[in-house]
Order: sequence, then C-alpha cells, then structure tokens
Amino acid sequence: TVCTVPSALTGSALFFAAQRCIRALKTVQAEHAPSQHYTWGRNCSSAVMPRITSHYTIFPRDKDPRWEGVEMERFADEADVVIVGGGPAGLSAAIRLKQLAKEQEKELRVCLVEKASQIGAHTLSGACLEPSALNELFPDWKERGAPLNTPVTEDLFSILTEKYRIPVPMLPGLPMNNHGNYIVRLGHFVHWLGEQAEELGVEIYPGYAAAEVLFHEDGSVKGIATNDVGIAKDGSPKDVFERGMELHAKVTLFGEGCHGHLAKQLYRQFNLRENCEPQTYAIGLKELWVIDEKKWRPGRVEHSVGWPLNRNTYGGSFLYHLNEGEPLVALGFVVGLDYTNPYLSPFREFQRWKHHPFVAKTLEGGDRIAYGARALNEGGYQCLPKVTFPGGMLIGCSPGFMNVPKIKGTHTAMKSGMLAAEAIFPKVTAEDPASETAGLHIPEYEDNLKKSWIWKELYAVRNIRPSFHNYFGLYGGMIYTGVFYWILRGKEPWTLKHAGLDSAQLKPAKECTPIEYPKPDGKLSFDLLSSVALSGTNHEGDQPPHLTLKDDSIPVANNLAIYDGPEQRFCPAGVYEYVPLETGEGMRLQINAQNCVHCKTCDIKDPSQNINWVVPEGSGGPAYNGL
Amino acid sequence: MSRVLVGVKRVIDYAVKIRVKPDHSGVVTDGVKHSMNPFCEIAVEEAVKLKEKKFIKEVVAVSCGPTQVTETIRTALAMGCDRGIHVEVSGKDYEAMGPLQISKIFAALAKKEEASLVILGKQAIDDDCNQTGQMTAALLDWPQGTFASEVTIDGEKVKVVREIDGGLETIKISMPAVLTADLRLNTPRYATLPNIMKAKKKKIANMKPADLGVDEPPTRLAGVKVETVDDLVAKLKANGTI
Repeated sequence: TVCTVPSALTGSALFFAAQRCIRALKTVQAEHAPSQHYTWGRNCSSAVMPRITSHYTIFPRDKDPRWEGVEMERFADEADVVIVGGGPAGLSAAIRLKQLAKEQEKELRVCLVEKASQIGAHTLSGACLEPSALNELFPDWKERGAPLNTPVTEDLFSILTEKYRIPVPMLPGLPMNNHGNYIVRLGHFVHWLGEQAEELGVEIYPGYAAAEVLFHEDGSVKGIATNDVGIAKDGSPKDVFERGMELHAKVTLFGEGCHGHLAKQLYRQFNLRENCEPQTYAIGLKELWVIDEKKWRPGRVEHSVGWPLNRNTYGGSFLYHLNEGEPLVALGFVVGLDYTNPYLSPFREFQRWKHHPFVAKTLEGGDRIAYGARALNEGGYQCLPKVTFPGGMLIGCSPGFMNVPKIKGTHTAMKSGMLAAEAIFPKVTAEDPASETAGLHIPEYEDNLKKSWIWKELYAVRNIRPSFHNYFGLYGGMIYTGVFYWILRGKEPWTLKHAGLDSAQLKPAKECTPIEYPKPDGKLSFDLLSSVALSGTNHEGDQPPHLTLKDDSIPVANNLAIYDGPEQRFCPAGVYEYVPLETGEGMRLQINAQNCVHCKTCDIKDPSQNINWVVPEGSGGPAYNGL
Repeated sequence: MSRVLVGVKRVIDYAVKIRVKPDHSGVVTDGVKHSMNPFCEIAVEEAVKLKEKKFIKEVVAVSCGPTQVTETIRTALAMGCDRGIHVEVSGKDYEAMGPLQISKIFAALAKKEEASLVILGKQAIDDDCNQTGQMTAALLDWPQGTFASEVTIDGEKVKVVREIDGGLETIKISMPAVLTADLRLNTPRYATLPNIMKAKKKKIANMKPADLGVDEPPTRLAGVKVETVDDLVAKLKANGTI
C-alpha cells in the first residue's frame, strides 16, 4: 500500500526502510493534526519518539482541528514608520526620524517593537564604541548623560600560547587601535537611546515581538504582526489565547540584529542575497566580573588571539576595564562559526581561556556577576545583501555592517539607521509619495549607504577576515593584515572570498578528534547551567518551543549520527541535549527552550539547516543588565 | 456594589539572579528586569473577571513607589483596570517602606474611594511578608478572605475558598472586605499590545502618602542579637513587650 506520508515522517523514510505502523499513519492522516508521538517500524523495536516541534510555523493552524472556531482576526493600527528591533540601529533610525520631523515641523508616527521586556535587556556586545555616529546623532550627548564613561587609555594585543603571551605592538593605523573610543556597557547605552527616543515621541513597545511580516496584495511589505500569546506547548490554544496585533506602515525597518528571523524570510521573499556571498558569523560569549581593586586598570583594552584555539579556528578574546565606580571588567571570547571540528565548544573554550596566566591574574579573587552570548557578523563587505525592497529596508547588524578587524559594529549600525531615516523622511511626509507599490520602495537608502563612510570603512577592511583561509590560518591572516591593510589600507584591487556557508564547514565527527576540556573549577571557570542562570533568561514554559525543526527526525539521524550532535556544544545556553530514550535503545533530542538566550547560533551552525529559530512570546529571553 | 481597589507591586523579576550591593545596604535594582508581582497579576485578573461578570463597576489599580511603578500600573490597566493611582514614594523612603505603611495607604484609599473590595496578592516575591492584606483589613476593621483560591459573590456576601495548611476552608464574609489572591485563583490574561496602547489613554492619578494622612515610616532601629532564650525573655521583659 502506498500511503501519503506527512512531512514529519519523510526524514525517517529515508534512513529507516522499515515499515511504519500503519495505524499511527492513519491516525495522523485522519486528524491532519500532528500526533504527540510517531512510531518507527519493527527495526527500531517500536521506539517511540516524543514529538519535538509543535509551532504553527511548521504545523499550520488552518489545518489543525484544535483551532477550529478560534477567532483569528487581528486588531490593526496604522503608523507612518514601524521599526522592528530596539537596538542601536532601530533606535537611531527612530530618533533621526523624529529629529527631522521636529526640524521641519511635520507630524510623524513612529512605532518601535522590541521582543525584550525592556530596551537593552537583549543587548550584548564587548564593547568599544567609536563615537562617530553618536556625534552626528547627538552632538550634545555628554550633556544628555550618555553612559560613555570610560575613554580608552591603554590598548594591548597579545598572541597567547598555552603558558605565555607574545605582545603585539598596537601601531596607529591598525584597525583595532582604539584611540578616541569609549568602553561602554552597550545595554545601558541602548537603554539611554531608548529614553532619548521616547522623549522625542517615538512609541516604544518592549515585550512585543514582531512575529510575522505582512504583505500588500502587490507583494510589498505592509507592516508586521506581533506574536500571538496563549498557545500551549503542544500547539493548542489556551483559555488566555489572544492574537497578536498588526502594525501597518508606509515603510517598515527591520533592525533585528545579527541573523534576524524575519530578515531570513525577507531574503527569500525578495531575493536580496542573489549578488552577495552567504553571511558568515561568529559566536561571542561574555561575562562581567567585579575584580580585586588592585588589579583594576580603568580604560584598559586587551585583546588576544591564539590559545586555546588552533591556528585554523578564527577567534580571540577581549577584556575591557570599565570605569563606572566599581572595579568591573567586561570580558569575553569570540569563535568564528566556520570552525570545522564538531567537538569544539565555544563556551568551554571561553572558560578555559580564563585559566591562562595572563588572564587569571586579573580575575583571581573576583566575582562573576553576569553572562550572555550572541552571534555576530563576520562577513563584511562581501556579504552585504540588497537592503531595500518594496515597503521596507534592513538596517544595522541584520544586513551586517560590522567592521570585523576593528571588532566594532555599533557605529555603523547607528549610521545605517540614521541614513535610512534620512532617505525615508521626505518620502513618508510627502503629500503624494508617487510609489509604484503600496509599501514604499526607497532605494535612495542603499545609494546613501554606498556614499557614506560605512561603505568606505567596510571596503577597506574587506580582505582581512577572508585572509585567514590559508594554510597558516591565523598567522597568514595577521601577516596579510600587517602588509596589505596597514600599508595599502585595503586599496589592493582584489576581493578575497569567504569559505561559504558556516553550516557546511563541519567535518564528520569520525574525521575529528574530541577536545579534552578541563573541568570548571567554580572560581575562574564555570559550568554551563550556572552561567545560563546568570543571564536571567526565562520564557513562559507552556508555549511551543521556538527552536523549531523542519523535520523532527533529522537531529538523531543526521546531526547525531554524523556530527555527534554539535548543537550540544555550540549552544551557549544548554538548549540542546541528546538524552537516552526512556524505552529501549537510542537517543532523542531534548530542546530546553526556556534556556534560550536568543543568540541565533543554532540557526546558523546547524549542519542540517533543520533548525529554524522563530520568536517566542514577547518579553521572554535574557534579562541582561548593561551587557 | 461599585468599586474594587487592586494593589500591584513592582518587584525584581523572579528569573533574575539577585545581587547584593557592594556596600551591603540592599540589592542591586538599577537596570535590573522588574515585573508585576505574580500574585498581584492574579489579583488584577480576579478583579477584572468580577467586572466582566458585572458584579462591580470599576477597578482601580494602586501602586506605591518611585516613577517606574507607573509601568506596572499601565500593565494592570492593559489587563482591564479602569484607572490607576500612583502613590509616590522614592529613594530612602521607598527602601524603608514596609507592609504596615502600605496597609495604612491602602486603608486610607479604600475609605476615600468607597471601595467594596480590596484585592491584593497574598505576598510579594521579594520580601515574602504576607502581611499587607491582613493589616489592611485590621486597620479598616473589615473581614478578610486570605489565600483565596476561589471567590464567589453572593448578594452582599463573598464566599471565599481559602487554601490553608489543613486543606481548603470555605468562609462567607460580608462586604466591604479584603481578599488576598493565592496561586490557583485564576490564570492571568496577557496584557496585549492593543490594550497597552489603550491603557496609555487611561488616567493614573498621582499622590503622596502625606495626602492620605499617612506618615513617614519610622527609621528602622538596629536589632540586637542575644545568646540564649533566657536572654531573649529578659530583654523582652525589660522593654515592656511582655
């Protein structure tokens, strides 16, 4: 008998030629609803795998009998501009729009939605802020009380070996030279930007995530819809179920940060990536420590490369001494997500780096008070997509304007938001927008970007990151930087390519050696779960896991079988665990969605590209305070 | 049967790790994620349900504290309360405030607003005092239905099923009364975005404790440690407590 197999079981069909239990199939077909379990055939001795994914983006509700008769109408409201994401880019765009409106005495309704419970709660960065964009946005930022309290006084760069440190001179002109910059707690800076925006009349709605992009009939973007609330873990509606709200706008700005989930959809919808390389990323993990006063050097910036990573794995560390009253240091570790060894755990690399004598001596006697992680862009110029489309545009780290060797993206993100606002303003306040599509298409934004210092900066450093893809890895890259960047400032006529999709870089586990990580000592290094607790992350427990799998069977069949389950290692929050099945042999994937810190690494690095991160109920996620 | 007063408290979110300030004077609150006390959410939900069932006409959300508590009042308004009252107390006064002072404020407001019911959460998750509801009832000389897991209005009386150590206790009390909400009373609704937008138009009145005739909290005296029970008894006798 040939039976139509629902998509949830197709993966199994490829790997297990056993006959499926016909009754289970018939039940699934009849209900058109995802059953709680699916049974594998005789070969697996009827091992029952509990279903993992129940999100409506994978199992649409219009075919689900549990949703029959549920009111799905949404309340809608109109604004002139809607901005998704309350980070540096989104807030700068909002502020610039309102500044222009004030100057030219025009009315403009700007609404900003942010998934975090408060502005700044999902913000994480080193960070050394280059004040260029801020000086343009608010020349009087000091009088306004912007929290730029720590000017950089010392800049150290080291190559670490297991026991020693080789200092590298920070010559002026090298991209990571920090003269004139400030060490900031970006979360606090973003919070301050939020206050400035509210004062200017921007409507800011933290705790509401943009879950869906809305389209006009002509295919242009109409706005967004916020997340529904009150869906149970199994995907059924709860008593408190309520639909999200639609926010319509003439133009919608998407500033979701690195690897935004709506941006992912928009790339496909409008084919924005046809002329650029696929984006390549890194994961950054960060901690805040209160250290012994005697070790505190406010204004000091330390970066290192080398140990504990091998020369072919891109990455390094940062350690910044803040000057805000107490002896606080912000430190962290970045690992390029194009790494090849599935046994690598960025979290554990970070923890063992802290034991290096040069680092340990600063941290000894100190207390760790915060932890977090986030993916960041490494692609630069080669990976910039088209940033405008009918009805909307992409700003900030979402398209990805980070200057990788400088390790700075905040100033370019802010500038991109400001340029977007300046391109939008005349169109959105015009009597007759003269637009072909219902949602405004404003290609002037992209033109403005190409004429700005963002473009010049990114062009100049475009070859530094790809230069690491050579036999000598890190050292080849450093030599290239020294020769070509320092001398030629990026004027060389060629443009190097990246290695391709990060998710395609992993080698099968059997070709790689497991890495022996030291056990955390509880003083300098710590275990994963206590770190996650420090991020303050939490989600409403009774909701569908927002780490959705296109096919529930692939993790065990592919990720575990071939790559030994790399998601157990690259997730900085312990969301993914392979646990033994309760019945019989075999493993299953357990997703601890509540731990998620919204870093997006899994969506990026999953070798099967089976994980699709979608936004959970608003106000869930980490509760970073000045990270 | 017109008005219900609901108390809401802004507390540090339960998932956040608490950090003691370096000078040991309290816990770090700056920039830390705060939210409405979970039991207060349940209290608001119950009040709004009573309004939807037409037992009462108006729900007033009250909170005491610095400017930030207006966000908490807005959430209560978004859940269905009609208007808010912000009793402003900030800085050192706020840190020194305890259940007795809050109860005095609520008692004064209950009289002023001619409330038939005062509904509070059973306790706040930051201090776990579990005293405000009871003290408010005592100050007003009103009956109290605390640890309520079920509330039914029956004419001029309220039937309250209370969760107590031994199980469940059902009492019938006359109104006006004070109720405190326990966990299983209801499941609070979400404050959705359209309601938050509407809530921005609802009124929040601003006042100080002095406007209600409530004094500054007395400075808290330091405690004394004693070695034995006999010492304790002697000390209590000496200052006239027993």
